[in-house]
Amino acid sequence: MNIFDILGPVMVGPSSSHTAGAVRIGFVSRTLLGEKPVKARILLAGSFADTGKGHGTDKAIIAGLLGMDTDDINIPDVFDIAQKQNFKYEFGTIQLPQAHPNTAVINLWGKSGKELNIQASSLGGGRIMVDKIDGIDVNFTGEYPTLIVHNQDQPGHVAEVTSMLSHKSVNIANMQLNRDKKGGYAVMVLETDQPIPSEAISWLAHLEGIIKVTYYNPTEVK
Amino acid sequence: MSFGAIKDIIDLCEKNEKNFYQIILEDDCKERDVTKEASQEKMTQLLDAMLLAAFSYDAELLSASKMVGGDGGRMEAFRHEQKGYCGDYIQEVMAHALQMGESNACMKRIVAAPTAGSCGVLPAVLVPLFHRQLIDQQEMVEAMYVAAGIGQVIASRAFIAGAAGGCQAEIGSASAMAAGALVYLKNGSAKQIGDAVAIALKGLLGLACDPVAGLVEVPCVKRNVVGALNALSSADMVLAGIKSAIPVDEVIDAMKDIGMKMDVSLKETGKGGLAATPTGKKLKDDLV
Repeated sequence: MNIFDILGPVMVGPSSSHTAGAVRIGFVSRTLLGEKPVKARILLAGSFADTGKGHGTDKAIIAGLLGMDTDDINIPDVFDIAQKQNFKYEFGTIQLPQAHPNTAVINLWGKSGKELNIQASSLGGGRIMVDKIDGIDVNFTGEYPTLIVHNQDQPGHVAEVTSMLSHKSVNIANMQLNRDKKGGYAVMVLETDQPIPSEAISWLAHLEGIIKVTYYNPTEVK
Repeated sequence: MSFGAIKDIIDLCEKNEKNFYQIILEDDCKERDVTKEASQEKMTQLLDAMLLAAFSYDAELLSASKMVGGDGGRMEAFRHEQKGYCGDYIQEVMAHALQMGESNACMKRIVAAPTAGSCGVLPAVLVPLFHRQLIDQQEMVEAMYVAAGIGQVIASRAFIAGAAGGCQAEIGSASAMAAGALVYLKNGSAKQIGDAVAIALKGLLGLACDPVAGLVEVPCVKRNVVGALNALSSADMVLAGIKSAIPVDEVIDAMKDIGMKMDVSLKETGKGGLAATPTGKKLKDDLV
């Protein structure tokens, strides 16, 4: 968290958690998908489900999925814009007793058929937390450049990733490793102090045992 | 983030003979790995957005629920009649607080400070000073650094979201940030800034987040006025030489303690307090 997480974002109202945070959830989901989304199924939980409509949470998430930022004055009209772009969406609600009160679960489909399932929550002041990707805990805020590596749970991948980053002089701010079972499917989440060069990311994606690499850079212009 | 306590900032100011703004600016440069110029440019963009929001208020607009809108215009008209109790500056502060809160409720573009629900407090005290040319652009920017630095400590030690800690965490934090900024603008010491933060936050401890229908409208818009005036009185008390009996970081911890003990119905769920009154419930039912 830096001072511009406190003053700011510049945003369309009315709620930093239910509107601006929701835009960011949509935007991060789009970035993580890595291509233009064409369809989404959005399930709202907790306070998002209870009071989201009056806060424009539904419009805000769609706006983010369409690539809008929190201060885009077109957010109030986003349903019309989605229709013009032929972007399909549906909303529902879900009970998630363990999750933060402001949580959404989004299924996203891209134009080339890529799919993504993401669970994210809005923490207040426009800050968010991506809780899960494809069902695995990831817990990152999107405030730092973030590298998400899906890999086979086998020795050596942590070393590959970390040595690549030190080779590129990228400092690791935070790192977590989660897996569904020993030897199964693992997700490594690294938050870094500097952006990661794109050639390093594609190098990583071609290594044996690496299933998928996703990168989110908050400073990158969309 | 570098600061877990306001006292750490005060100590650094005293040790390095720097003011509160300089310490926060230097920390931002270190934290985000940017130059001073880049940091200040970003803050100036926020200032521009804040001024644009303040001066583009539309008194004709109503929120989607139709519960709020137009009051900022009423207050501004009344100011010009010179009939009220509060003086001209205070009434301009009140008008700005209402206007920003209403613009937010009407889905216009605002600057969260620290949240959207509390976005009127800081501009309400600063913009009229700027408007009257009592402070210039650089002073506005410096005051915003001071406010942001204070808010960062509150966010890391406690919370700034109504859903997490009640309205004390939103309007209370915004008011504390504004109080510190106001003391800074009168050349108060870092220690005095800390006292103003403590006094402002103490004054709003326990404030529940009980919005009607869960919307950032009733009572949120008018609570921006309360936060702004509380900031002004806290700043003036400190400038008069009054100190806070409880140190500022302990006050922030008390806010966290109270927020943790606050029932969930009073934390932005729209289920308790004003939201649960017969009229509050009727307003909600009328929306659907």
